[in-house]
Parts: sequence; C-alpha cells; structure tokens
Amino acid sequence: MTDETPPEESVVADEKREALLADLSEHLGENLVESHLRPHEDLWLRVTSESWQDSIRIAKSAGFEYFGFLSAIDWEVAPEGRYEDTEFDAGLDEEDDEPVEVDSSTGYGGGGTRFQILTQLNSLSQQIGLLLKTDVGEDMTIDTIRDVFAGADWHERETYEMFGISFRGHPTLQPLYLPTEFEGHPLRKDFPLLARQVKPWPGVVDIEEIPEHLEAQLEAEVMAAFEANGGAS
Amino acid sequence: MTATSDREQMAYISSQAADARVNVELDTGDMTLNIGPQHPATHGTLRIACQLDGEQVITAEPIMGYMHRGYEKLCEVRTYPQCTTLINRIDWLGSFANEVPFILAAERLMEVEAPPRAQWIRTILFELSRVANLALFLGDMGVQIGALTPVFFAFRDRERVLNQIEEVTGGRFHPNFDRIGGLKDDIPKGWIEETRSVMIKMRTFCDEMEDLLVGNEIFQARCRGVGVIPPEVALGYGLSGANLRASGVDWDLRRDANPGLAWDQVDWRVWTHPDGDSFARYWVRLQETREATHIVDQLLDGIPSGPIMAKVPRIIKVPAGEAYLSTENPLGEMGYYIVSKGDLGPFRVKIRTPSFNNISIVPWVMKGVYVPDVITILGSLYFILGDIDR
Amino acid sequence: MTTLLALPYWQETGIKLGLALAIIPTTSLILVYLFLFKMMAFMQSRLGPNDTGPYGTLQLIAEAIKFLQKEDIHPAQADRRVFRMAPVVVLASTFLLYVVLPAGPDAIVQDLDTGVFYAMAVSSLSVLGILMAGWSSANKYALLGGLRAAGQLIAYELPLILAVMGVVVQAETLNLQGIVEAQATGEIFGFGGIGNPFILTQFLAFLIFMIAAQAELTQTPFDMPVAETELVGGFHIEYTGFRFLLFFMAEFGTAFAFAALASVMFLGGWWIPGFDVDDNILNVLGPGVMLGKILLISFFIFWVRFTYPRLREDQLQKFAWKVLIPLALANIVLTGIFKVVF
Repeated sequence: MTDETPPEESVVADEKREALLADLSEHLGENLVESHLRPHEDLWLRVTSESWQDSIRIAKSAGFEYFGFLSAIDWEVAPEGRYEDTEFDAGLDEEDDEPVEVDSSTGYGGGGTRFQILTQLNSLSQQIGLLLKTDVGEDMTIDTIRDVFAGADWHERETYEMFGISFRGHPTLQPLYLPTEFEGHPLRKDFPLLARQVKPWPGVVDIEEIPEHLEAQLEAEVMAAFEANGGAS
Repeated sequence: MTATSDREQMAYISSQAADARVNVELDTGDMTLNIGPQHPATHGTLRIACQLDGEQVITAEPIMGYMHRGYEKLCEVRTYPQCTTLINRIDWLGSFANEVPFILAAERLMEVEAPPRAQWIRTILFELSRVANLALFLGDMGVQIGALTPVFFAFRDRERVLNQIEEVTGGRFHPNFDRIGGLKDDIPKGWIEETRSVMIKMRTFCDEMEDLLVGNEIFQARCRGVGVIPPEVALGYGLSGANLRASGVDWDLRRDANPGLAWDQVDWRVWTHPDGDSFARYWVRLQETREATHIVDQLLDGIPSGPIMAKVPRIIKVPAGEAYLSTENPLGEMGYYIVSKGDLGPFRVKIRTPSFNNISIVPWVMKGVYVPDVITILGSLYFILGDIDR
Repeated sequence: MTTLLALPYWQETGIKLGLALAIIPTTSLILVYLFLFKMMAFMQSRLGPNDTGPYGTLQLIAEAIKFLQKEDIHPAQADRRVFRMAPVVVLASTFLLYVVLPAGPDAIVQDLDTGVFYAMAVSSLSVLGILMAGWSSANKYALLGGLRAAGQLIAYELPLILAVMGVVVQAETLNLQGIVEAQATGEIFGFGGIGNPFILTQFLAFLIFMIAAQAELTQTPFDMPVAETELVGGFHIEYTGFRFLLFFMAEFGTAFAFAALASVMFLGGWWIPGFDVDDNILNVLGPGVMLGKILLISFFIFWVRFTYPRLREDQLQKFAWKVLIPLALANIVLTGIFKVVF
C-alpha cells in the first residue's frame, strides 16, 4: 500500500522486499546469479538460463502467480545511435560532452550476454512485483515458460519475432505482428530504422527557431505583457 | 528453421480462408470464418480466424499486427518528452491515462516528484479519461448485442467528459499534457464546478445503462454464463483491470500499488464480481465508472494549492537505471519498463499493455462457444486495437 | 356489400393493381421516415435528417437516388442468376401480401375467402428469397445469415399461424373482410357500441402474433439473420445499390403488411364504431383508420427494434418451441372451449 515513499525517506529499509529476497534466494538456491533491490520500488533477480523454467516455477509456488509480461532487452548499443546527429542538434550537447564511449553496462542484476529475457510477476497476497531476468546464450534459445504461465504464449511469440530469440518447447512459435515476408528482428539494436535513414528526424530537442521577421514583433509583445503586469513578475 | 515453413503454411491457410470459397470448404465439414480485420465487432483491425462446426467455434485464433506501429522501437530514437506523443496513441480512448505511468517511471528514475497539486490534477484527469473510456464501453457493449440506443447515449455523454479534458489540456483525444515533474498548465477558472455537474450527468448515464442493459432479460440471457474465466486462469494469462476483477480477484493497482497519485486520499472501493462471465465484466465496469465519478467529485473538493511543476532541467536527461511502473488504466494494468543509460531518450522501453494480455485469452475462452458469443465475449473483454498492437 | 363504382373487370383490376404497386414503396417510405429516421433519432437523442426538404422529408428521395446510382456488384464466385433473382422473390412475397389487405368494404384488391390462409402462405415465401440470397452470395456471413433466417422463419411461422387460428375460430371465417365484420358486429357482454375487437378476447394470441411477427420480420430482438455486429448484414451482405434497396423496401413493406394484418385481425380493421359495416363512406374513411392503426402497431414493432438487444439463435429456437407454440396451442383450445360454451 505504501510502495511509494518520498525520496527523503527512501533510506528507510524496505523490509518487505528484503524478506522476500531472502526467502527467494533460499528457494532458488544456486539458480540465482545476482539480485538488485531498489528500496520501495522493485526487486530484480537474475537467474541462470538453464534453470529459467524452474526458477519461474519456484517463483510461482512462492506466491507470484499473477503474470505481468515477458520481453527481452538488447544491450548492444545501436550503431546508428539515436539518429540525433542532425544539424539542429549539432551544437546542443557540446558543453558537457565527453568523447562518446560505448556504454556496455547491462543494467540491474548485471549480465554477460547481449540479450536478456525479462519477465514481471506479481504476488497478490503480498502486493508486490518481481522482475526476473536471465541471459540468453549464443544459441539464442531459452526454455518456454508457457507451461507455467499460459499468458506467456504471446509474449514469447512477440519476443521471438522482435529479437529472434527461440523458445524451446513452444508449439506455435510464429510471428505475431509482422507480415510473413518480413525479414529481420526489429527490436534488435542493429536493425536499422528505415524511416530515419530516409528522412532524418528534425531534432531531438524540438525547439523551433523564431522566424526573423517575427522576432521584433514577438519581443514587443512580451515587453507589453511584462509592463501590463506592473513591470514585475 | 521449422518456424519459417510453419509461417508459410499459416499464410497459405489464411489466404485460402480469405478467398471465401464456400463450396470447396463446406465439403470438409468445418468452416473457417474470418471475423475481421474489417468487422464492426473488432473495432479496429483485429482478425479472428475461427474454425466453425455449424455455428459452434472449434478454435479461434486472433491474428493481429494490422496496426503495429513499433512504438517500442520508435521510443528508442526519441527524447522522453517526445515519447509521450507516441504513448498518447496507444489506448486512444483514455489517452491521458497512458501518459501517467510513463512519466511516473521517468520521474522515479530521475528521483523527481511532482508537487501535490500536480499529482491531484493528474489523478483527476486520469479518472476523467477512465470515465470517458468506460462510458464508450458501456454503450458499445449494447451494440455488440444488437441494442442500438445505448451507444448513442454513450457518445452523447462521453462528449461532456471529453470537453472537460479538452478545457484543461487543449486536446480531446491526445492531451499530451503530462510532463516529467508536473503538468503543462494549471486548470482553468470555473472548471471545477463544470466538472462537478458533468459527473452528475455521468452518474445519470450509468443509471440509464443499468436500466437499458443490465436489467434487460435478453442482455442477461446473452451475457450470463458466457465466456466464463476462472480466477486462476485469469491470473495465468495476466488479465488485468475489470476483466480480472470480474473473475473475483480483488486486485486494483490504484489501491494495491499506488505510485503516489491521490487515490489514497479519497474514499472509494474496488468492485469485484464472483461470476467471471461477460455479464460480470460489464457490471464491474459499470460500477467502476460510477466509482470514478465519485473519486473525481472528492478529489475536486480537495485540490491542494501550490506549484504544478517541480524543478526539472530544461533538457531532460534521465540517469542510468531501470524502472517498471504500472497504473490501473481504464483497460487494465498499463506499465512501462524503461531502461535508461543516462541519455536524452530511453535505451529501451517495454510497453506492457492491458489489451495484449486480455486478448491473449481469446483462444482459450472461445472454445466451443457460438458465433454470436464470440462477439459478446470480445465486446466484454474490451480491447482497443492500438493497445494490442502498440 | 355495395359496389363503389360499376366498372368492367379489367378496369377495376387495373386500378387496384396500380394502387397496390404504388402503395408498397409509399408505405415503406412512410415507415422509414417516421420510425427509422425520426423516432429512432428521437429515442437515441440525436438528430434525424432535417436539412433536405421540410423536416427532412425529402431525405427519402435522396436516399433512393443514392441507391439507384450505386454500382450493381456481383461477387466473382456468386451464382449470378440466383443472386439477381433473390431480392425480387423477397419483394414479390411482400407484394402478394398486399393483395388481401382490406382498407374498406370494397377497398381490397382481391377479397379471398381464404384470406388468412393466403396471407400466411405468401408471407413465408420470403424465406425462399433470403435463402437464395444467402446461398448464392458465396459469402460465409451471407450463408450463415441465410441459414439462420431459414431456421428462424420456419420456427416462427408456426406460432404465427397458431395465434391466428384463435382469431379464425372466434370469427368463424378465414376471410379477412369476414373477420372485420365479425369484430364490428360483435358484442362485449351485450354492448355492441365499439363492436368486439379481438384484441380483448384474444389478447394472448395478439401477443404471440406480435412476437412471431417480429421474428418473421427479422427485427430486433430476433434479427440474427441480419445481425450487423456479428454477421455484418447477414444474407444481404453482398448486395449493393438497387438490389439492396429491394431488400430494404421488402423489409419495411412487410412490416407494414404485418401491422395491417394485426390491425385487421385484432383491432377491428377499417371499421369505425357507429357506422354500418356496408356503409360506402367507409371506403373513404377506412384507409385512414387503417393507417392510424397500422402506424400504432408499427410504432410498437420499431420501438422494440430500437431498444432491445438481440437473442442468440438457440435461445430464439427454444423460445419458439418451448414457450410460444405451447401457449398458442393452449389459446386455440381455450378459444374452442369458450366458443362451444357461449
């Protein structure tokens, strides 16, 4: 009920999540690789990819029986960046810009591979959410959790077509959204966003310049409004 | 890969089905009926490929993607304020409610909190979009079952709520009003009184729906016992919102995981129904609409004074980190998983939309129902195409 | 009965035929304008057409022209001949109904001795047209709609006829003019001032008749063959332009005809209290009285249509076979008993 705590109170220990973490680490045993806890916000657990299905089963039996979602994260940095180097933005970041370095961090819970599977489960009785992650190895295959949570069916299909990650044991692993002849996995970072290559985004910060012929007029208006306000704001 | 050949085979089957060769297919005993993509009951472009035995559905497989706009990818190449423009268009009937969880998630990463006044006005607008969204459902369900009148009442009365939203935000459908750290503007003068009178009208609307549909024997005959979803199945499929509560699960993120909005300041209750059928889903939404008007009424009484924007830099950079935040939207749990690498824009956004999960139960729940029930169940699950396809 | 005008047979027939042909488009226009445009708009709190002509009355002409302008599309897989014939068959059944509808002592196209029997027989012809339309469209929705229509119309034909039987037993005639006469000359406990409209003695039959007529007309709550939100128009899904207009006209023309049948059999028809049944003036006033009664009954038909949800096919069949038919049978038995006793 009081998940939200103002920042100044967040030093207060989150007993509920700490107890949960202790409980789950005991259950998961050596399946658990790493964990991360942001007090009063969320709990991340990273489990080994071999034990993915079992870990989900364990979490389910620990009360996390309400399925949230399943997806993946591609930690590679996109070669094109965010298409922000347009003329409008050229001068924008220069003041505080260090030379660009490739940020290869893999977020909370860490990770060793490019792709990570992420799923969110809820416990109704404890009124708490849990985020489970696992690495996806070179073979780009992971066990399906469709048998544990029926709702994961479509989420796995979506992840399959968007990231190209296969799910072992999934009977109908077909694309969900994309047309049949579509090639590639759009949510991978190295999948180019064609629209952006054809026509660059006009600007990351969309502040339009005031046309010259209007500048004087606008200034006069602002001044008039300022004076009408009694000269002070 | 075997999946590719399956894909081709699937495409072949669907193209065959689309050809509507009645004579050829009648020989096989089962008939494939494509409901959609242009079908009035799929409000949008969902397609449900049904295998029929007479009028009984053997299998129903939703086929989607006709409206896939790739928002998760597009968010990656935009700044945080620009993302809200896209996010507005996910559930287009309750747009403001879409913005809130995204903004809250970004605020959580930035460790910024909007001032109380902003939080209250956010909550009010959130509930107003809930009323506008659900009002349309309440009327639309009538049309799905053949009663024409409710939907016109719904359009008439929803307009009043949209007017109130427009008066504050300037947009009927896509407000794009929420900002990281607060709101774009304050509410205009006289708005509180107007909203109060609109809420009275909306309660009258709910009463009308109760008279027109809930009390109607034919409506009950069509909806009771149709499309029953037991609670454990609902949880396994990740159903959310009224669909979950209609199965008797007492879970509402507004109460159980309030991310700091003003819901805990007012007196309201969560409605559930034990039956889990189409009627229960309608009934729960009807009560929720009514409850939302009461929430708005109470919130209007106590809007705190103060600023509407917290101190945030002009160019927003979100510190590195990950956050998942979800709120109880009109359709159910809508959440955003934001991965930030300290940039101007998100590194990855996973959008967990309610309709996607809600519709994923269709193949399960539609086994063995009649064709007219397909429409009833689809209507009562209440999805919005933008919310499924994103 | 007196004769209004002494004309040769062929002239009389020609006039009657012309009138009957003109009356069907007119009646459907009246119903569409009054109920579909204005009343429905009023009930659903929106505006009906109001720009074309006074109160939007010319909108009908605009609609008709719109339909006539549209391209006549045949689906590639359709059985073209059957496809083209179907709306004509449906409309023909409506035309045939009008033959026996009386509007005055002499204002009737053909005064058949077996009028009721004839009316019931030709009204069920429309099923044939609907089935033809559904099958020949080569569309699954149309096929489902056509089959539903067939199942439904057959199921509801029975209570309809059985309900009418009560009236026939009481009036002791199958002739529609005879039924009007029987009501006009009837007495309620010795009081003959308003005759004896059969709605009083045959109220149950009246209810069954109206419900079955609603199903026969495929109006909500029994509009599964059309069912816009599930079958997207059902049997007429593939029809455009003029052919669709024919279906549309038949739908409203039949509604008018059934309302007329109901007012003849239950509300006393064209007779006005205080006049002789043979009075010549009734040939002038009768049609007006009939129109009033027909509009009253149509009002109920359309009122239900605009407000009620739709039943499911199996529920509809259950309702017909388990409720309406036993009730109608009981009604006949009761009527028979009372007929013998009094």
